[in-house]
Amino acid sequence: MRRFSILLFVAFIFASPALAVNPDEVLDNPVLEERARDISSKLRCLVCQNQSIDASDAALAKDLRVLVRERLTAGDTDNQIFDYVVDRYGEFVLLQPKMGTHTLVLWFMPIVVLLAGIGIFIVKLRNRNVTKTASLSDEENELILKALKNDE
Amino acid sequence: MIVELGHFALILCFSLSLLQSVIPVVGARQGNAGMMASGTWIAIASFLMLAVSFASLTYAHVASDFSVGNVWENSHSLKPLLYKYSGVWGNHEGSMLLWVLILGFFAALVAAFGVNLPPQLKANVLGVQGWIMTAFLAFIIKTSNPFDRLQPAPFEGKDLNPVLQDIGLAIHPPMLYLGYVGFSITFSFAVAAMLSGRIDAAWARWVRPWALMAWIFLTAGIAMGSYWAYYELGWGGWWFWDPVENASFIPWLTGTALLHSALVMEKREALKIWTLLLALVTFSMSLLGTFLVRSGVLTSVHAFASDPERGVFILAILVVFIGGSLTLFIFRSSELRGGGLFAPVSREGALVFNNLFLATAAASVLTGTLYPLVLESINGSKISVGAPFFNMTFGPLMMPLLLAIPVGPLLSWKRADLWSAIQKLYFAAGSALVIGILALAFVEGTSVLAALGIGAAAWVMIGAFAEIWLRAGFGKVEASTAYRRLKGLPGSTWGTAMAHCGVGLLLLGIVSVSAFQQELIKRVAPGEVNNFAGFEITFEGLTPAKGPNYIEDVARFKVSGRGVIDLEMLPTKRLYTTRKMPTTESAIETFKFSQLYFSLGDPEPDGSITLRAWWKPLVTFIWWGPVLMVLGGLTSLADRRLRVGAPKRAASRRKLVNA
Repeated sequence: MRRFSILLFVAFIFASPALAVNPDEVLDNPVLEERARDISSKLRCLVCQNQSIDASDAALAKDLRVLVRERLTAGDTDNQIFDYVVDRYGEFVLLQPKMGTHTLVLWFMPIVVLLAGIGIFIVKLRNRNVTKTASLSDEENELILKALKNDE
Repeated sequence: MIVELGHFALILCFSLSLLQSVIPVVGARQGNAGMMASGTWIAIASFLMLAVSFASLTYAHVASDFSVGNVWENSHSLKPLLYKYSGVWGNHEGSMLLWVLILGFFAALVAAFGVNLPPQLKANVLGVQGWIMTAFLAFIIKTSNPFDRLQPAPFEGKDLNPVLQDIGLAIHPPMLYLGYVGFSITFSFAVAAMLSGRIDAAWARWVRPWALMAWIFLTAGIAMGSYWAYYELGWGGWWFWDPVENASFIPWLTGTALLHSALVMEKREALKIWTLLLALVTFSMSLLGTFLVRSGVLTSVHAFASDPERGVFILAILVVFIGGSLTLFIFRSSELRGGGLFAPVSREGALVFNNLFLATAAASVLTGTLYPLVLESINGSKISVGAPFFNMTFGPLMMPLLLAIPVGPLLSWKRADLWSAIQKLYFAAGSALVIGILALAFVEGTSVLAALGIGAAAWVMIGAFAEIWLRAGFGKVEASTAYRRLKGLPGSTWGTAMAHCGVGLLLLGIVSVSAFQQELIKRVAPGEVNNFAGFEITFEGLTPAKGPNYIEDVARFKVSGRGVIDLEMLPTKRLYTTRKMPTTESAIETFKFSQLYFSLGDPEPDGSITLRAWWKPLVTFIWWGPVLMVLGGLTSLADRRLRVGAPKRAASRRKLVNA
């Protein structure tokens, strides 16, 4: 059980795992272990600075990693594990905050900004094309007529 | 004595910057040529004063003068010489001095090389630089004076934080600051333009080289910081979405947007207001970054400064400059008239598309970075916003942008035909498709997602050169003519292609390392052999060693496979004796563009140790990509020098006419 190696192909986009998992923590079942790694990378190490428990060397992070694996072996779903950890440590432990009234602004900011940007662009484009195609003022027409006459 | 000289120079510089804040600006208002011209000399003089000041602090560090508090806190007589130099800016006070030195450097550059600028604009630009300089010098002198002496002087220093004792950190902060602070120039140009109320295509032409220069440094600085974190922190990660990283990344995003929108303004006089706003926002984000890092408001892996007095001071600077400039913007922007018209599908439209996504990305990174702080101060609830959130929001925002890269340069100004532009890209699209399918079919472990990523990277990289290929006329004219045209293409075209190709390369690196990375976590005993990722790794045992200011256990590994035989890899566990701080020094071997990465866990009494090994295919593309972007920027900058001279030529012609 202690001497034991595992090869993992990790396939997330844009996320390179940084690791501090110890060999004795690794689960026998590669599917469960992969889930454990995925979950751990989304849980914050509470005594560290912006590190996931998967990346941290801290003792508390190790305890949490072991805890996550225990729950997984006991048959918990990912969400059950997240709930379990949040119950004990608060929402601060989640690196990806839950969707809720308090995080509405956070989650919807990108889409709102993007849509607002598109909206402003369309409005600007329309307005400008309208004003620019407006006909010449009387004064300007007069000037042109004068210039034409002078030419003659 | 030398230290006091530096201290004196710093205070003298503060007085000079007060003069610089007032005289040129008043001169510009009153049309007084002498007062306007004085800005040039004051800016150069204050840069010299700062150089003296910085040099004397460096002297104190190199000479290990522990009577200077800053040296005592961050140095040690046994520290290697290189780190005695880099230790000057490896701490709060010194890095702020470097910040101001670079600010002075850019002001002096404008003063010395801005000969063709209209005197009023130049005077205002230097005046605004003077304001920023005054604020930050006041900050340094009031809260973060690096020249404070200790009485009595200690015999030995406390040494520099070990993770900062590294060549990467010797270069990374100056680079980053050259980028951060470089955007102060575009900010000053924007404020100056609003003060004088004149802003036109010429303004964009003057601003663009400065924006490009700052962007080049910022790109290099961020990439270097990323590589430093990669090998020094020993986790093998290259980007952590750490608030401090985000603080440098947000100005990069808005700065990149600025580069593109200034292009529209220069060529077509459109997007004036937006470009002006971006110029303000980019430096505001740099200031915000400085605030986040320097105030200690965030606790993160990089934070090595915290002091509420400082935080409040920088916050005040932040409020004055961001608030002031935006207020000015609100009053002045309505007076600006829009320029050239364009259809939604056009080069301008493509650049707006670019700006839309970059600005949205910047906004979401900014929100994610500040949200926990804001929420906590509103209702006291603590949440974390970490890598999973940013990956989820930032990734999808970048995808449309990446896919549009090859198309943009092929659209014509004013009005374009999207379909014909896409048709011209048949070669890039075809090769991307083939490469994606080949990867799926022949490379073990390729998921559909990874194949899509590889295809997208190929599309960006090959498509980046489509403009050059088409403009040279390959396939349409004789090869010799095409080659001649190739040589005649302006540097900025080449620069664009290189930088865009760099983005594709970066993407390829990211996809490859995410999809194909292999990992081994194992406790190894001396003499044990492991097969991993095509290598045979033999652990030969631990040997203790001693460095200048640390002791270490060196793990000796022999690695064979992939073209090497008995290659020695030596990751170590170090203990820096003064700070009693353990670190892990990874061992990295590069195989063409891929890397084998070894990092150590804890040793056991029986002589075994935990090895963490990663095989990271094509990982170096993550940094070669930005290198290519920087080279592209430099190529473009070299070309632009000629065009920057254009107004000067016009002026001399006028002189001839008048004579």
